[in-house]
Amino acid sequence: MSLDFYGATVRSRLLLGTSLYPSPAIMLDSLKASGAEIATVSLRRESGTERAGQAFWSLIKDSGVRVLPNTAGCKTVKEAVTTAQMARELFETPWVKLEVIGEDDTLQPDVFGLVEAARILCSEGFEVFPYTTEDLVVAEKLLAAGCEVLMPWGAPIGSGRGLNNLYGLRSLRAHFPKVPLVVDAGIGLPSHAAQAMELGYDAILLNTAVAKAGDPVAMARAFAAATEAGRTAFEAEPIETRDMAAPSTPVAGTPFWNN
Amino acid sequence: MRVTVNGQPHETAAATLAELLSELNYDGAVVATALNGEFAPKGQRLELAVSENDQIEVIAPMKGG
Repeated sequence: MSLDFYGATVRSRLLLGTSLYPSPAIMLDSLKASGAEIATVSLRRESGTERAGQAFWSLIKDSGVRVLPNTAGCKTVKEAVTTAQMARELFETPWVKLEVIGEDDTLQPDVFGLVEAARILCSEGFEVFPYTTEDLVVAEKLLAAGCEVLMPWGAPIGSGRGLNNLYGLRSLRAHFPKVPLVVDAGIGLPSHAAQAMELGYDAILLNTAVAKAGDPVAMARAFAAATEAGRTAFEAEPIETRDMAAPSTPVAGTPFWNN
Repeated sequence: MRVTVNGQPHETAAATLAELLSELNYDGAVVATALNGEFAPKGQRLELAVSENDQIEVIAPMKGG
């Protein structure tokens, strides 16, 4: 089944970042191997003579993926809003992965600034993908601000720790059954991605786990398979866990069985 | 007059943001701009005046996560 972000339908439930790859060629091969239809990009200062950004932008445009510009590195509402406005002009998209970072060691979102920036950007016609925590109240406020997608972290960006707060993520999913939810950040292994998908998350956004793998292209393939497996498992309705054993082999007629 | 472009001091006689970008070899480049922390849309660069001590950001697409 396909997935819908602000009216745009995508088939792949894996979103991939474009940073940290050993080379641009490996980035492109990884994107292709992942099957991702959406890739995150960023903005940085450009030199008038070097123009590194132009070459990168040509590569991404030629790859045919839809871009999701981020506001990575922004620490205030003002910085995030201005960066989003510049991104909209440059990338010609109303989409923005909104990051307002509140803490350097964990790169966790400043959720107060995030909600305020989301309110401003939504009112200006942006389609905001907020990088948030699994906090239910913050999620409510982001939705009230106009966000139609939520992207809670699994763990700190680049940590590869997987899903730090399973209860919180399960609870978020249960509270907002109809809102597209993307686990963004902290994923290290394909099994983490599969686990998030089994919980009913709609998609996975990751970068480091593929880009910094020994073989990024093979890892991109592995993540694509795991994401799809997790989704299929969710749709197939997993069994409930239980504390005690329940025999799978029929008990009646067991040889040597005496009542 | 002295302005700051991407965090670096720069001496210029440019009257507008468009003139400043041209002076810095950005003609034809795919860049977005901010003037003193406010987004400066491409269509307004010809009219936006540059003043002493202005802070200008010139940014371009880049890889990101």
